[in-house]
Amino acid sequence: MDTAYLIETIIKVVVVLLIFSALAGIGTYFERKILAFMQRRLGPMNVGPYGLLQVAADGIKLFTKEDIIPTNVVGRIFKIAPVITAATAFMAAAAIPFLPQFELFGYTVHPIIADVNIGILYILGIMGVGLYGPLLGGMASANKFSLLSAARSAAVFISYEVVTGLSILAPIMMVGSLSLIDFNEYQSGGFGDWIVWSQPVAFILFWIAAFAETGRTPFHLVANDHEIIDGFGTEYSGMRWGLFFIGEYANMFFISFVIPLLFLGGYGDGSFLGALGLLAKMSFFFFFFLWTRAAWPDVRPDQLMWLCWKVLMPIAVINIVITGFVMMF
Amino acid sequence: MFEAVAFYLFAFLTIAMFFIAVTTSQALYALTALAAGMIFISAFFFILGADFLGAVQIVVYSGAVMALYAFGMMFFDTTRDVKEKNGNKYIVIGLSVISAILVVAIFSAPIVSENITALYPMVEGAGNTQEVGLVLFTKYLVPFEVAAVMLLVAMIAGIVLAGKDMDLSLTLLDDKEIEEIKNKKMKKVL
Repeated sequence: MDTAYLIETIIKVVVVLLIFSALAGIGTYFERKILAFMQRRLGPMNVGPYGLLQVAADGIKLFTKEDIIPTNVVGRIFKIAPVITAATAFMAAAAIPFLPQFELFGYTVHPIIADVNIGILYILGIMGVGLYGPLLGGMASANKFSLLSAARSAAVFISYEVVTGLSILAPIMMVGSLSLIDFNEYQSGGFGDWIVWSQPVAFILFWIAAFAETGRTPFHLVANDHEIIDGFGTEYSGMRWGLFFIGEYANMFFISFVIPLLFLGGYGDGSFLGALGLLAKMSFFFFFFLWTRAAWPDVRPDQLMWLCWKVLMPIAVINIVITGFVMMF
Repeated sequence: MFEAVAFYLFAFLTIAMFFIAVTTSQALYALTALAAGMIFISAFFFILGADFLGAVQIVVYSGAVMALYAFGMMFFDTTRDVKEKNGNKYIVIGLSVISAILVVAIFSAPIVSENITALYPMVEGAGNTQEVGLVLFTKYLVPFEVAAVMLLVAMIAGIVLAGKDMDLSLTLLDDKEIEEIKNKKMKKVL
């Protein structure tokens, strides 16, 4: 392993960390603004032009607020839980190709940190581990609402993961590889080659499961404000509470990268236009997360489990069987 | 060099985690240490170049330990220490040390006598995932299918045990009883 590779990897890690933790902050601004416009309000307006500096104000507040550890909690687990959510979100980013490879001062840069050949499996596995954050935070906090939220996060975990796994199995069978780069190569022919045309069912299922994975609104039952206060976050304060949010928003951004890479052609042939296309698709999926939050009510935990196990899972299995038959004959 | 550093780091972390899982009397510590240990084990697969098994280790065990958490939540107040019933401490420690030594001896004996040969060497040009598939669907096809059938049996048994009215068999009932059940259901709806 030569030194240049090591330095390059470290630089890439730092860049991804900085960009996406900043984006996670700005994501909260987007969310407030978009929700506000959809509900005919103005949203944050007072700090800076159009409220743009609201993110900085929130950051200052979160960093300087006292970090309270309540008396009856299990201290160490309580402290480590938010770190798990934030860290796993960024670990999952290691196998995502954010842009096509490009040349910078005569040096070819591959904007992927580790091109492992099981990329998609690794990403989904690590993102699944991210749900340990809410679970541990809820169970350690000696609070009834937090415990309820922990129970719900366990329920969410065991229901959505089957759907995600089974829904991407059919595209994997077609591509014959688990690497996101290979997925992109398979669809690099252009608009007609996108997997979504041959696997629309898998695309919809994966998209639905992505909402459960990130805990966004139709499945926002882990921290439903109007039922269980803030769920696992009830006892948290300051930056530990903020880490949960950095994890959640980073996860939203990463899954918004993964969906187009899997189904919508990714960065295409690797040209500049293709790279812009990937960013545009990512922005659309991120926007869609916020759109559903403004437009849809939440489901109950039992409804989520009913949906995942009795509706989505059979559809996913039938989809796999049909794909198998079509590929065989 | 990096491999050696990574190996010793993760070996230490894994052993430390499982040590905590066994010795602590706080249910939440034990479960968290178990989950962390299981995830650290995947590092060894990645070091050995078995990426697929490493990722599967993370996916499978993070889900399995999550189910354990659900049981822990139901049975204990996880924020308090569990009072353990320790019988004779010396017998417990003695037996566990002896069994640990036995396991190490069993696995290190062939290494010491240099009696290990790879029965299924790597196929040139096949990727990591394909390797697993090749061995699983040729040499180990029968055990694989038997395990699949066993899991299916367990799943059906679980559904029958947990579902409502699953012990009723319509073929064993006569028409009158079936009518009664139907009427009962109609009443519930109304």
